[in-house]
Amino acid sequence: MALELYRIDDRLIHGQVVVGWGQPLDLRFIVLVDDDVASSEWEQELYRMGVPPEMDVYFESVASAAERLPGYVDDERKGLLLTGDIDTMTRLVERAGTIRAVNLGGIHHRNGRLQRLRYLFLSNEEESALRALADQGIVVTAQDVPAARPLSLNEVLDGEGRR
Amino acid sequence: MSSAAALIAGHATFAAGMLSAIEQITGRSDVFVGLSNRALSAAGVEAAMREALDSSGATVVFTDLPAGSCTMAARRVQRDRPELTVVVGANLATLLDFVFGIDGDTDAAARHAAEKGKAALQVLGTPRAGGRPDGP
Repeated sequence: MALELYRIDDRLIHGQVVVGWGQPLDLRFIVLVDDDVASSEWEQELYRMGVPPEMDVYFESVASAAERLPGYVDDERKGLLLTGDIDTMTRLVERAGTIRAVNLGGIHHRNGRLQRLRYLFLSNEEESALRALADQGIVVTAQDVPAARPLSLNEVLDGEGRR
Repeated sequence: MSSAAALIAGHATFAAGMLSAIEQITGRSDVFVGLSNRALSAAGVEAAMREALDSSGATVVFTDLPAGSCTMAARRVQRDRPELTVVVGANLATLLDFVFGIDGDTDAAARHAAEKGKAALQVLGTPRAGGRPDGP
């Protein structure tokens, strides 16, 4: 499987993704799924400048990502798929039908969200969406960097992983 | 926030560490204000950066990593503030050079400091045989 990680991270492409995960996993491409970014040349250029030359970035809307996902999965290089929020990942999971695991990498403070981990804040609606993913058999874990222990959704929502 | 010439923005305590080192070496950490991306979303980093720039009057941003969220935020700010100078990949040598060059044009001082920072990065010692495949 060429896509090593399906990650939700509201910073999208940043140090933790490019260096923290990119180097140990030897990632060679990132699929950034975001409807707004997919329609903005300026945003795409911004994110493109953030990755090293040996790493490709592909910008997709939810619809185009679902369509092209089999190609990314079959890619001989290792890659990471990234969304900026739970809603985008949920829509992609529904449309693609082949995603089996989702990584919660960074969802930060906003009004209406409760802190669950140092890097994870969730609203009631977001919690419900994650539980719904888990109910479909999707393995949802929280792990900001490879060296950290992945925490199950139950650990996250029960507050056992708070640190 | 008091006035400053530049903002140091980076991961975790990068800025605090740099400020501490600058203060120890030059006693001029007042040239900078620091910003951490810790616990902030991308939008949060950008908002905090705009606030820090507005309150300090800084016209230069030094960031730690090309792909970092502070660098992304600085590029977003620069979009509507084209007069802002952004130096990416700053190290201590960069910042120290800036301290001693801000009497004139801060943009020119930042560019000079970036060159100093590049030149300061060196590898000492004889290369060992059987190093990394992409190494020397």
